[in-house]
This record gives sequence, structure tokens and C-alpha cells, in this order.
Amino acid sequence: MSFNQLYIFVGDLLPFLPDQIVFIFSGLSMAVTICTFILGIGAIYTWFERRVLAKFQSRVGPNRWGPFGLLQPIADAIKLILKEDIIPRAADKSVFIAAPIIFLATTLLVYSFIPIGDDSQLGGLNVALLFVLGITSINALTVFMAGWASKNKYAILGSIRAVAMLISYEVPMAVSLMGVVMLSESLSLVDIVNSQSSMPFILIQPLGALTFLIAAIAEMSRAPFDMVEAESELIGGYQTEYAGMKFAVFQLSEFLAPIFTAAFFTVLFLGGDSGFSFIPGIIWFASKTFLVTSILLWFRATWPRLRIDQIMGFAWKVLMPAAILNTLLVGLEIVFLNENYLLQILINSIVVCIFIYLIANILGQKKLILRNPVPSELANMDAN
Amino acid sequence: MYGLGLFKGLSITLKNLILVNRTNTIQYPDKKASILDLAKNEKKNLILYIIKNPLNTVKSFLGLISITQQAPQHPRFRGEEFSWYEERCTGCASCAKYCPLGIIKIVTDQTGKNYQEGQSYDIETFDIDIGRCMFCGLCVEACPYDALHMGSGFEEGQYQRNNLVINVEKLKKAEKKPSHWFRPQLASKKDYSPFDDEVKWDSVGRHQKPTQKDLKNKWIRSDTE
Repeated sequence: MSFNQLYIFVGDLLPFLPDQIVFIFSGLSMAVTICTFILGIGAIYTWFERRVLAKFQSRVGPNRWGPFGLLQPIADAIKLILKEDIIPRAADKSVFIAAPIIFLATTLLVYSFIPIGDDSQLGGLNVALLFVLGITSINALTVFMAGWASKNKYAILGSIRAVAMLISYEVPMAVSLMGVVMLSESLSLVDIVNSQSSMPFILIQPLGALTFLIAAIAEMSRAPFDMVEAESELIGGYQTEYAGMKFAVFQLSEFLAPIFTAAFFTVLFLGGDSGFSFIPGIIWFASKTFLVTSILLWFRATWPRLRIDQIMGFAWKVLMPAAILNTLLVGLEIVFLNENYLLQILINSIVVCIFIYLIANILGQKKLILRNPVPSELANMDAN
Repeated sequence: MYGLGLFKGLSITLKNLILVNRTNTIQYPDKKASILDLAKNEKKNLILYIIKNPLNTVKSFLGLISITQQAPQHPRFRGEEFSWYEERCTGCASCAKYCPLGIIKIVTDQTGKNYQEGQSYDIETFDIDIGRCMFCGLCVEACPYDALHMGSGFEEGQYQRNNLVINVEKLKKAEKKPSHWFRPQLASKKDYSPFDDEVKWDSVGRHQKPTQKDLKNKWIRSDTE
């Protein structure tokens, strides 16, 4: 059910009400529904992520509260609510308080444009793709707000890294979406889903999908690109000074981000709710999102954190050429191989293999590996 | 080729996810019991157990049943509950002298009935301040009569520092489960494990228990002779 349907339904039901009140009422009820639903899903997802991550890494995970530890999110929430709410004396108070609120608000806002069924909850915004990209880049700002306001060296270090990383990953992410826009000839997510009814875009442009997935992992600053938080080095980065409910809000939005990324990836590359028609579309959408979430979790469980220079190098030396190559290929194919999908798939998969092989060999050259540092003679001065 | 290690890592984590029983965690002190564990505990067939105890099956599925679990422990573990044998101790205070922290306090009494030509003194105080002890085991190494042993237990957490001091009464009452630490005579006994039963004072020494005849010849100078 979308906003438009609700708007028309309420207008028909209570025709004596003025138009503005119907609009506000249906908007508010839609917003409450989305928020409740998404926060509930987020709570369950925290349990799922911790449990499956533990299984991946041959640990146990939360198992004390309820069957299989299912009540763990509730216990966590109660604990965090009861914690003392600390604001450092040196902190910039208003910015310090605003940062988690904006973080959560942006995370919740983007969910309303995901077309789960035939229509997204807020109806078809015709520039939804651009809007989502813009809203998600506010993350960099909030992280910097949190780090700067808490007047803590670790927090500032973390947020400086965050801004550098998030801004540079925005570029390949946006460029990799050019192919999608060119193929579907629209910025509306509903149109993008509809144009994938015959063939999902992940088959037509695997390079773009791969680039987008990697850039999106970096964009939500998740392992292996979690340089922003880096628990072992920066003790949580921008979250260092946060406690109690503010910390909970940060954590919640961090756990909501992969679900959104998975849903967004599903819409852009996996064809949204399209599939065999005997299964309802919403189940298709949910299962595809679940699959992508699990893959993201698998990556997180396996790969160690990259160094900051490796992360930046990867963005500009690998992802950027890949995104541009993808755009070029899709553009040429639209002109010369109009709608001949099988040939496009064949060409693109060969190109992906060659590209990955070349990049791996170029980056893996012996010349590029840093030599072990030789201690200078001055270092041994005392010994002689 | 560069980068193949990434996929090797992915395959390892996938194996962890798919294969059962890859976790090595011991859930001390208790573990949420599954139906399999319960059936194993009662040594019954799983299906039989489910038919006979449907309530327990549901409860274990909801995570309401937990079974106690013991942490596996090396017999040479240096535990907190010192096992001290009153019968073997002569009150020589070697342990107190060797303690690098000086946390053992011994006061002896020469007028007691145990006194026999310097054979042994009565122990009035034997305080070990566990709060400062570092479990180096030097006191145990120093004991010439094998009277003091490291224990095997470790669940002696207290809320106040004063309660951490072990005195004679506590040492007498404590379970006598000496660890193998610096006691080759215990380690060489093949079927002995410090976690089974208490050990009597006459079997922990490095020598055989003297017979009555030996005692007469060697130790006790009887006045009637």
C-alpha cells in the first residue's frame, strides 16, 4: 500500500475533511508504519547478524536470552535505555545531540523510496535514485558532526577518515549507477524495476553490480572497509564519547544500513519483486534482500580491515576505472546491440573476467609490494 | 594470481557456517541444553526421549533448560583452594620463608600434644592472603614434607578483600584435591585425577607410608626402651 492509495482511500472515506488534513494524516500514518516496521526488522536483524556472524567465525553468539538468544535485542534495548546519558563537558552540546538523530532520520528516510511491491511507500518519486544517493551522503556529514562535537582525538581521527573515505567512494558508486540509468532510461526506482522484467541488470552489467556492491559496503563503513569505526585502533571512532540511547541510535542505524543496501541492490540489479509469478512479489523481494544481506555478512565475517591508504587506492585505482569501463560498455551496447541481451551478457562477462585478471595482476606485481623497512644505522647508535 | 586468498578465506567461513559442531567454546558454568544433550545425559535414544518427555523437549527448544558443564582443566593446574595436610605439616614455616610476597603467616605452638622431640609443632595460625598471591607455587616447592599442595578448584570469588585470607579452619575444611604441580608422585599415578576423589594424607607423600615397625625403629624414641 502506497501513500497515494492511502491518500485516495482516506479522502473517499471522509469526504468532508479538508484536503490538507487528509494529506497530513495519511503522510503521518505512512511514516509511523514505515518507521515501526523498519525498526522492528532492524531489531531482529541485530540478532540475526550477531548470531550468523558467530556461526561464520565458529563462535557461539548470543544464546542466553530466550530460544536461540532471540530476546537479545530486547535485553540490549533495556540495558541501553537504563544507561546514564553522558555528554562530555567540552563537547559542542547541540551538535553532539543532533548527530545521532540526523543519522537515524536519514537512514529511515531512504527506506520509504524502496519499491517493495508495484509502488514505493511514498509513491513513485521520479528522481528517487538521485534522492537516495543524496540522502545517503549525509552520513559523511553526521559522522563528522559526531566526531567533531565530541572533542575527542580518537573521534576526530575516525571522522576525518570517514569523510575522506565516504567522499571518495561516492564517486565510483554514482558512476557505476550510470549504466542502470542508461539501460532503464529513468531515475525512478519503480521504472528501473519495471525495465528489469525480462532480464535483471546484474547479468547485463556484472561489472557495474560488483562495483556498486563494493562501493556500497564502503559507503556504509562496514567490514572490510570499517576504517571509520575500527574498534581495535580507534575504539569506535566517532562513537567513542557516545553512551546510552545516543549510542543505541548509532548502532541501530548501522545495523539498518546493510538491510537498506541489500534492498537497494535488489531494486537496481536483481529486478526488485519480479520473478516467477506463482510466488507473490513481496516474497521475491524479501528473499532477494535476504540473500544479499547474507552475502554482505559473509564478507564481513571473512575479510580483515584494510589500511586507509589501501582503501583510498582501491577506490581510485580499481573501482573508478571499473565504473567508467562499465558505463562505456553499456553505452556502446545500447547503440550497437540494441536489446540483444544474450550477446551483451556474453561480452560483459568476458570483459569482467579480463578486467579482474588484469587488475589483480597489476596490483599484485612484486614491484608494488612494500619492502620490509631496513632500520637506519642511527637506530642502533646506543648498541655500539 | 593476486587476490585468490580472498576466496580461500570465504570458503573457510562458509565451511564454518554449513558444517555442524565447529565451535570450540566451552560454555562454563552452564549450557543451554538442546534435546540431543538431554538425551545424551540420560543415555537414551533421541526419539524415545522425545516421546517420553514432551515437556522437556518443548522447554529445551525454548532455551529454558540448562545443564551444568565443567571446564576441562589440566591436572597440573595451580588452583586457589590449597590442600594442606595437617598430619604431615611440622610447622617448619619453609613455605612462609620462600614466599616471594611474604603473604604466608605461620604461628606455632610448642606446648601442644603433637610436640615430640622437634618432630612437629602445633599450628595456631596459617594465613595465606590469596588476594595478593600470584600462584607461583614456590611454597609448594619448598615444603619438605609434602604437606602443602596447590589445589584444583578456582571458584573462590569473594566480595570483600578480608574474605580472601585463608586461615587454618578454612584449610582444614577445604576439599583435599591436590594438583600435580611439583608433585611427581601424584603425576606418576596413572589413574589418579585431582577431580575425582579426595586424597588422604598418607598417600600424597613422595615416600611410602612407614609401617609401625619402621616408626618404632626410626622415629619414635620410646621411653620404655
